[in-house]
Parts: sequence; C-alpha cells; structure tokens
Amino acid sequence: MISVQDLRVTFNGIDAVSGVTFAVAEGASFGIVGESGSGKSTVLRALVGLNNDWTGRMTIAGRALSPKRGRDFFRRVQMVFQDPYGSLHPRQTIDRALSEPLLVHGIPDIDRRIRLALSEVALPATARFRYPHQLSGGQRQRVAIARALMCEPEVLLLDEPTSALDVSVQAEVLNLLADLQDRRKLTYVMVSHNLAVVAHLCPTIGVMQAGEMVEMLSAEDLRSGHIRHKHTADLRRLSTELEEA
Amino acid sequence: MLVEIDNLNVAFPSPQGLAPAVRGVSLRLGAEKLGIVGESGSGKSLTARALLRLLPKAAVMTADRMTFDGIDILAAKERHMREIRGKRAGLILQDPKYALNPIMTAGSQIAEAVRLHKKTSRREAVQAAIDLLAQVQIRDPHRVANAYPHELSGGMGQRVMIAMMLAPNPELLIADEPTSALDASVQAEILRLMEDLVSRRGMGLMLISHDLPLVSHFCDRVAVMYAGRIVENLAAGELPRAQHPYTRGLLECLPTLSHPKARLPVMSRDPAWLT
Repeated sequence: MISVQDLRVTFNGIDAVSGVTFAVAEGASFGIVGESGSGKSTVLRALVGLNNDWTGRMTIAGRALSPKRGRDFFRRVQMVFQDPYGSLHPRQTIDRALSEPLLVHGIPDIDRRIRLALSEVALPATARFRYPHQLSGGQRQRVAIARALMCEPEVLLLDEPTSALDVSVQAEVLNLLADLQDRRKLTYVMVSHNLAVVAHLCPTIGVMQAGEMVEMLSAEDLRSGHIRHKHTADLRRLSTELEEA
Repeated sequence: MLVEIDNLNVAFPSPQGLAPAVRGVSLRLGAEKLGIVGESGSGKSLTARALLRLLPKAAVMTADRMTFDGIDILAAKERHMREIRGKRAGLILQDPKYALNPIMTAGSQIAEAVRLHKKTSRREAVQAAIDLLAQVQIRDPHRVANAYPHELSGGMGQRVMIAMMLAPNPELLIADEPTSALDASVQAEILRLMEDLVSRRGMGLMLISHDLPLVSHFCDRVAVMYAGRIVENLAAGELPRAQHPYTRGLLECLPTLSHPKARLPVMSRDPAWLT
C-alpha cells in the first residue's frame, strides 16, 4: 500500500531524513520509533504532503507521489497529530470540524455521516455542538480521529496519537484505533517515542536515529530482545517497566 | 519530619459552589524520595503547590495542619514564605522552555538565584553559577552559562533549572513532572542526577509524575492520587502488588513490551473511589 524508497529531507543543508526505505502492506501497521530529532515525524510529514522539499520515491496504492498532491490524495491519506487541542480550531464546533472535510471533497449526506462518525469513535451525540475546550483531552483526540476518518481514507498516519493523554485514556484510544483498523481495513503508519505503545499496535517497527532507519524488526523480536542495532537495544533498555516481583 | 500535612483541602469557586480539587490529603516526608502519581486533575500538583502557598488566587485552602520543618505554613507571613520558597524548598517544573526567562542567559539566571539567597558579589555569583552547572554534569559550563534558553536542548534546560534550584542549598526539592518533556535517555540521566544530589545532600524529594513505572524505579514511597484524594500509600517496590482497584487499573492499562495483550483493559471507574 505504501512504499518509501530512499527518502531524503533536508532543512538548511542538514539532512533531517537521509535515505529512509520501508514498505507497508494494505491493512497493516508500521511503527516508527526514535528520540526527538531522529526524523520520525519528518518522514510522516513528507508522506502526507506537509513538506514538499524531499527527494526519493514514495508511492501510495501504486501511485507515485509528486510534491504537488491532488484532492483525491488527501481524501485517501489522513493524519492524526499529537496534540488534539492544537489541531482543532478553538472557535469551531465539533460539528463544523467534522463537516469541513466533507464539504471540501463534495461528499453528500453530511448530517448522517457526522452522527455515524461520532458513534464510531464512541463520543456522545451531545458532543456534536460543543467546542474543543468543552471536551476532555481523550474526547478531543477522538474528534481528531473522527475527522481524519470522515472522507473514508485508506491510510491513516498517526504522529504520537496518545502521548498527550493519560494512561487510562491512552488504552481507550489504542483500542479504538485497533477496532477501526479491523472494521475499515485501514493501513497505519504510527510514530511514537514509546516502544510499548508502538509494539502494541504495530507488528513491524522501524527504529530511527539521526535521520536514518537503523533497524527494522518485528514487534516480537523487539519484545524478546532479538535486536541487531545498538540504538534499538538502548531504547529498549530505557523503556521503564514495572519489575515483576 | 521535614513536611507534615494533615487533612489538606483545596477548592475552587464555581457557579455551583466550591468545587473540591484536593480532598483531605495527609502526608509525611522526611529525607526520602516520595512519588505522587495520578492522572491529570487528580490534585497532585495542587498538593505540592499548596505546600509552598503557590496556589492560584481563587483557590480556597484549608488544612488541620501543614508544616515545613516545624514552620506553620498556614499561618506564616508572606515575607516568611518567600524565605522558604526557593531557599529552603525548590520547585522544578515540567518544561524548561516555559520556566526559564527567555531573554536572560542561563548563567545570569542562576547567578540571580544565588544572589537572592546569599550575600555575594556579582562576580562570585557568576562563578557560583558555573560551579553549579558543573555539578549538574554539564560538560562545558562556561558555554552553557553564556547561552540563552532557546540555545539549549530540553535536557540541558532542565539541568539549568536544577542548578538554579540547588543554588541556595534547599532541604526539599519538589519536582513536578521534571522529565516528561524529555527523551528516555535524557530522562534517565536527569533522574540519576537528581538521585545523586538528593542522597548526597540529604534532601527530601517530592516527585510528581503520571508515570507509575518510573516512580516505582526511582522513589522510596508512592502515594497514588485519584480525584483529589490519596487512595493508596505504599513502598515503591510494592507497586506491582498494589491493592486499590484504581492503582491496579493504571498498571494494567499500560501496554508493555514484556506482556503483550491483544486488547488493553479499560478502566471502569467506581463511584465508590470518590468517597
């Protein structure tokens, strides 16, 4: 579904991403982990078209991506950001936020679709005419996910979707993402600094360091410690877990 | 005992009357590391701020007793509180980006903290700042002293904050989510640094965090807060055997590398936890 070959992104002559290659099958989930500044979010932003200054070859559903993307591309590929408070317009109701993608793409039946979308992400119908500040952080992230799903995309790019949330809410959002993928056969690329979160959702994981993908491994290998690269081992050692007594 | 709090209540006025945010919290702290964990809105930060009387103006605070090294915080004059804040009890906040003054160099901010609490010349204060930066394991303290906050990484900025808090040699350090804005490797370094300083100087530490595994590794004791109350008090090592359903729920809903789960258990909140 997604293939990225030798992707390079340069900011002011410095390589933020230097030659990253990976592929994701339809309906699969690929996770990218790394520390801040490793280039993991930059990969997503190039993929979704928020940064056009890249070289390499990227295809989604067999079609090569050019720096300029058509409207159809944005219907099929959507992104969910870390901070839902920053990604929702503070003076627009949830109704407005959810109807905008439909208006842009000329999709009819707005009223029914919004009611459906809210119930799909388990938000109460009363949330529809609220403003973002009237919702909790977890509810806001559900709205951001609902909005990304409004025009029935095939690919969802998730940039730290749960790191601004409390752990109990994180569990709910991760379950929701798993259910949606099941139901809609979505393809996910998820970026996070939390190894356990990525391993929970993604069977295949790429580890990035200083703009390079230094290792690609399965979630089982990460769990069991079958690791080839030192940086992956470092990250795994630092992910603190409760020791069993 | 360095800190004794009995039955602390903090509430905020709302159209429906007073809305309680901290309800009947009691705790003791000596020269040890106490972790306070809970989710957003559980009252953990307010509890720590109440101790320094740094609550928002609208807040209504009551307690049966609240002392810092025998000083009655409830009755202390504002002038007296200023001698405690910073000098005897330091507060480290989550994000150095917002807590440092953006238009002062790191060195001059630390020197300012030194001069506020000790009578020294400007030059001595600058030298003290550089020494403090070296103490928090900054390799090139001269360069960092002359740098502005935006020129520093998150980890560096947090070290500058810690250096500033250490300047007056406090007896208590309150760290409110000191590492949650940092990468795991930097987080580990900062915690090791705090651990080292706390044990070397015999300070008390109150670590406020939402991260249960981190607190259980780092602290001696843990207080778990839910909706303004401490629902469970336990030794950090006992955390895996916590009894309260809320603590258990927090632990179980975390995805882990060692115990994969097909589906994460979701917490169902029992109204009885509120009472």
